[in-house]
Amino acid sequence: MSANSELRIMRGREWSRPVRPARREVLSAVPELEEGRPPLLFVPGFGHGAWAFAEHWLGHAASRGFSAYAVSLRGHGGSEPAPEATLRAYAHDVVQVAASLPRQAVLVGHGAGALVVAHALARYPARGAVLVAPVFGGWGVLGAALRRNPAGTLPAVFGGPLRLNRGQLFSRELPDEEARRYVGRLGRAGRRAQWALLGEPVAEPAVGAPPVLVLGSPDDRVVPASTLTRVARRYGSAPLLFPGMGHDLMLDARWAEPIDAILDWLEKEPAAH
Amino acid sequence: MSTSTDHGRPDPEATSPASNSDGRPVSDRGDTVCVIGAGASGLTAIKNLREHGFGVDCYERETGVGGAWNWRHDRSPVYASTHLISSKPFTQFPDFPMPDSWPDYPHHGQLLSYFERYADHFDLRSHIWFGTEVIRVEPVEGDRWDVTTRSTGGYGPERTARYAAVVIANGHNWSPKLPRYEGLEQFRGEIMHASSYKDPAQLRGKRVLVVGAGNTGCDIAVEAAQQASRCWHSTRRGYWYAPKYVLGRPADQVNDSLLALRVPLRVRQWLYHWTLRLTVGDLTRFGLPKPDHRVYETHPIANSQLVYYVGHGGIGPVPDVARFHPYAVELADGREIDPEVVVFATGYLPRFEFLDASVFGDSAGAGRPTLWLNAFTPGHPTLAVAGLLQPDSGLFTLSHWQTVLFARLLQARRDRPERATAFAQRVRDRAGERYSGPVKDSSRHWFEVGHADYLRAIQSALSELEGK
Repeated sequence: MSANSELRIMRGREWSRPVRPARREVLSAVPELEEGRPPLLFVPGFGHGAWAFAEHWLGHAASRGFSAYAVSLRGHGGSEPAPEATLRAYAHDVVQVAASLPRQAVLVGHGAGALVVAHALARYPARGAVLVAPVFGGWGVLGAALRRNPAGTLPAVFGGPLRLNRGQLFSRELPDEEARRYVGRLGRAGRRAQWALLGEPVAEPAVGAPPVLVLGSPDDRVVPASTLTRVARRYGSAPLLFPGMGHDLMLDARWAEPIDAILDWLEKEPAAH
Repeated sequence: MSTSTDHGRPDPEATSPASNSDGRPVSDRGDTVCVIGAGASGLTAIKNLREHGFGVDCYERETGVGGAWNWRHDRSPVYASTHLISSKPFTQFPDFPMPDSWPDYPHHGQLLSYFERYADHFDLRSHIWFGTEVIRVEPVEGDRWDVTTRSTGGYGPERTARYAAVVIANGHNWSPKLPRYEGLEQFRGEIMHASSYKDPAQLRGKRVLVVGAGNTGCDIAVEAAQQASRCWHSTRRGYWYAPKYVLGRPADQVNDSLLALRVPLRVRQWLYHWTLRLTVGDLTRFGLPKPDHRVYETHPIANSQLVYYVGHGGIGPVPDVARFHPYAVELADGREIDPEVVVFATGYLPRFEFLDASVFGDSAGAGRPTLWLNAFTPGHPTLAVAGLLQPDSGLFTLSHWQTVLFARLLQARRDRPERATAFAQRVRDRAGERYSGPVKDSSRHWFEVGHADYLRAIQSALSELEGK
């Protein structure tokens, strides 16, 4: 992001109508020895909770010396139910948790959580940001989802829940039993937030010019490879690709590869220190 | 940007030898910016300058961050019960929200922990020299600055360092303003300025006169109503006492809903008068003077309890003080009262004793510089003042954007000098501009601003600096 992008100072709506607080679930794994690395905050996508990162990624990041936290957006996982939640409320949740961490955090968003992170970046100067299989909305995403899984997607158009199936989320390598367990834990996002996706909500420019990494899988059945490229170009880079993996890179069989790539990038990226 | 100045400590090996006009040695700090004070405005200056790639040395006379909001500091004006008068969304830095679990109007102790967390979160402490006070700031050629410091209290040798730019964030609520009264020296009771009022125990069981109807004066009067045996509250004129909540929400949030809709001042005033009429009604029946101005024309007083205690007889409203006698105080209406303690909540004056007043265009030395956006000085493009504002709302959002604008101006000086020159011209043309509606007694409240007017002015200054 260019440092000269237009800043928005006047925020009448946020001043006069602040987001109503909601109780949040935050899971964490911290390394035994604090090594001064920036903390990571993982933001799950719609339907997922902090548990999706607690399965593998939190522990793995901690074993490599990074404090790792995952938040459940309101209405997800162990956070307070919030059927009327909006994208703005989700971004509020992320900024609140980020600001509560001891040091400037790196925000890692998955799926629609990446869109929430993109919005949060306009309100919090993150050390860096990672967008994993980002769902930035628009009719293309809806079209792809309708083709793959019409019965699970159509109700969402009318305010019902979005039901993703295992074929969309995981590769064939993941054992059936595990995949079923994960799909069974999925919840749903607020209908207003789901609808907001259709409008392809454009995030304001990030504050503090953080470095941004985009990664995903060319075999993702939710996010087409073209979308990955488009999002990465918006942040002035190219996506990092992990062929053969499904949409849920943090739960799929080869979950270690993307998180290792993220941590390697953080160790190398000078601005993220 | 990685420069040798990033680490925040002058490295004697790396600095080139230089000396100033008196022959004193000066260590050259290159592109580093000097920030004076690590209170709220100083902290946000460090953070925003760092974020824009500048090295920063901050000098703080105390041993901790938080400035006025750190009750341990000897210049801190806070008292045990100090609470914010603006609600959270207006008070917090725009990119570092206060926790959801905090109340609408946080306590000063929470505010201090907020600044400490801000300093730790953005790793600001490594750029701050604690226990170091600035005694001189002098312009030198090339728009650079020699800053002379020494240990707080005057110990140790003086050191001078040369900086590319200076941000003055020394605060304006530490130098008490005491009015002159006839006979004050002979008064036998206890006299204190609000700055030395810390705890209601100082008033317990005594007859107390509180002078001044600012937010502090009203808070102290309310505490005296609860603790003292008798409380008089002397005000020069009638004021509008705004409740902290109206229509089920913090009052400033309701007001900003109207501002966002750009409801004209007259209509807002009418709505305000109307809501007050529905709640507390006409205050003159308690003996309070009738306000001689419309609401929004003086600094707002947000205090729900004052009127409550006046109505319960805990506070006796009295007019201005005429003169002091040894055992009595004579009021403007001829009455005499006999307080044991007099608290002057008569405000503070900004002071910049380390800077030659002419640099600020303040040749009279009245502590009243001529600035644009209350921050930029004509003829000195690398000098900025942060936080010299008395907003009708929280201050920290405003000083955040002031320092962002200054950081971007310094970037423009490096990358697009023609834009920085145009900015300097605007500073010369527009110095002294005001950012509020009609204000009563505007000579006293010269740095009073309306937050919406002021932030819009900053917004347009930013887009003029960077526009296509």
